[in-house]
Amino acid sequence: MSKNEYIPFLSEIKEVIKHTEIEYTFRMEFEGDVKPGQFFEVSLPKFGEAPISVSGIGEGTVDLTIRRVGLVTNEIFNNYVGDKLFLRGPYGNRFEIENYKNKEVIVVAGGTGLSPVKGIVDYFSNNSSEAKAFTLIAGFKSPNDVLFKDDIKMWENNINLILTVDNAEDRYEGNVGMVTKYIPELSIKDINNVAVIVVGPPIMMKFTVAEFLKLGIEENNIWISQERKMCCGIGKCGHCKIDDTYICLDGPVFNYSKGKFLVD
Amino acid sequence: MGYKLDKTDINNIFKDLSKEYLIYAPKLFEGEGTYSDTDRVRYGEIKTIDDIVFDKKALYSYKEVLLPISETLFFFTEDTIKESDAPKKSAIIFLRSCDLHAVKRMDDIYLRNGQEDYYYKRIRENAKFILMGCEDSFENCFCVSMETNKTEEYDAYLKVNGDDVYLDVKDAEFEKLFITNENIDIKPDFVTSNDVSVSVPENLSLDVMKSEMWKDYSSRCIACGRCNFVCPTCTCFTMQDIFYTDNGKAGERRRVWASCHVDGFTNMAGGHSFRLDKGQRMRFKVLHKVYDYKKKWGYHMCVGCGRCDDICPEYISFSNCVNKLKDGMEEVEGNE
Repeated sequence: MSKNEYIPFLSEIKEVIKHTEIEYTFRMEFEGDVKPGQFFEVSLPKFGEAPISVSGIGEGTVDLTIRRVGLVTNEIFNNYVGDKLFLRGPYGNRFEIENYKNKEVIVVAGGTGLSPVKGIVDYFSNNSSEAKAFTLIAGFKSPNDVLFKDDIKMWENNINLILTVDNAEDRYEGNVGMVTKYIPELSIKDINNVAVIVVGPPIMMKFTVAEFLKLGIEENNIWISQERKMCCGIGKCGHCKIDDTYICLDGPVFNYSKGKFLVD
Repeated sequence: MGYKLDKTDINNIFKDLSKEYLIYAPKLFEGEGTYSDTDRVRYGEIKTIDDIVFDKKALYSYKEVLLPISETLFFFTEDTIKESDAPKKSAIIFLRSCDLHAVKRMDDIYLRNGQEDYYYKRIRENAKFILMGCEDSFENCFCVSMETNKTEEYDAYLKVNGDDVYLDVKDAEFEKLFITNENIDIKPDFVTSNDVSVSVPENLSLDVMKSEMWKDYSSRCIACGRCNFVCPTCTCFTMQDIFYTDNGKAGERRRVWASCHVDGFTNMAGGHSFRLDKGQRMRFKVLHKVYDYKKKWGYHMCVGCGRCDDICPEYISFSNCVNKLKDGMEEVEGNE
């Protein structure tokens, strides 16, 4: 008999890292193969399930960065204290490290879109000699919305990091502006050896990819990660289907040469 | 092998089979039609051959047997989870050729699209299918266009003529029941033409999304989802958690049928959703049935049973829409 994939397992919350009022990272106990770009279904009996990207991978742990926006996530924030969560997964494909090695890598992330690519940033921050260059442009709504502040401090030493916010008070000293503003200013040595990853809200991904195409970067050197409603995560419930593609099985990570055809 | 029996014989066989099986077939539900004093034919458990309705199309398909409308996956109490029990008896399903072709589509999604689905498989692997023939086409059927009017994949074929019952048996387990009967030649009745025919244009592509044709449905469709629920090939579901009012710590997780026409199908936490326009929902469904499914599996998803046209309260015709795709393609090609 096949495995009953719908039965969730209990996982201990090892640590809670609070980024903002509504965004926490839950470091969950997990032994098993998991890669950046994949997701888990956080599964709360009585409340339902929510697909959450893996935002970090440790020894026997995975990080799930959760934004408090819905029924399930509200409940997690209200009642997680010192406790466990039911999970199932990991599901979906992954960002393949091999696609980015020895390339000039540029990652552009908007808001919680940083979660699914954070594993890639961590990897190249720790192994910076494996990429020709590595740039992260991370955009948030305001200075109060910045996620992964401790990680950002660490990354600053190893990679080229552009942190920007859409809006800020006058006395804010950091960058203010959309992520797209910084793309034309990037110094690229060999346009054919660039690998780009873009993750964020649909509208942000659309305009960001357009900027890279304007620079002359080929579609097949750009990767995106998609977000859709999913009830199963295993290609059955149908909610995430676009054309003949199931985001949960064939994605969420897509090369743009395929991803550009995904029109809901 | 083919056999001739009478109704008493077959009822005895049904009785025998009922120790191991529940037998499902189109059945008359008197007074349960949409309008007052009307009846409804849909699937239900039957005991005798006369319970089965052969001369009408079942409003709903067999699919609720393999994929129940609401199916409990597990029960939960605090930190404990208990998987729901499998049905105690296996299923025997009476169905027509179009619906038997639809089983293959359900198998695609639930057994072959990624990993196998545990709950589907435990019902499906012991299910047996008995084919009902079609002497004449019903209203709105277009199985011939979809090439689903014939099949050889049945475990048995059964036809009633007066008091006589004719069978063509393929399944080895069923065959044992007829070992003493005389073997005769029985061929299933299949229709070879329908009043309705559809044609899917050869050059159909996603460009047709830009056609104006979808606007026809934007206000006509009321997003009730009936077309999806009666469709034998629509298999989407949504998770639903419920808990018991006497003890809020205990409850169950179910999956329930979902519809891509109904509001909320694509809603994500945080408020983002797709295809707000009902015409675009029609486009999504129609292209799934006669375009993108074929790209992935090699044949169309739609089996031409016409139930969507039978049920639509707005008299929207799916087959008509498919036949508009040719003009839709010409329109968008003209734009470029």
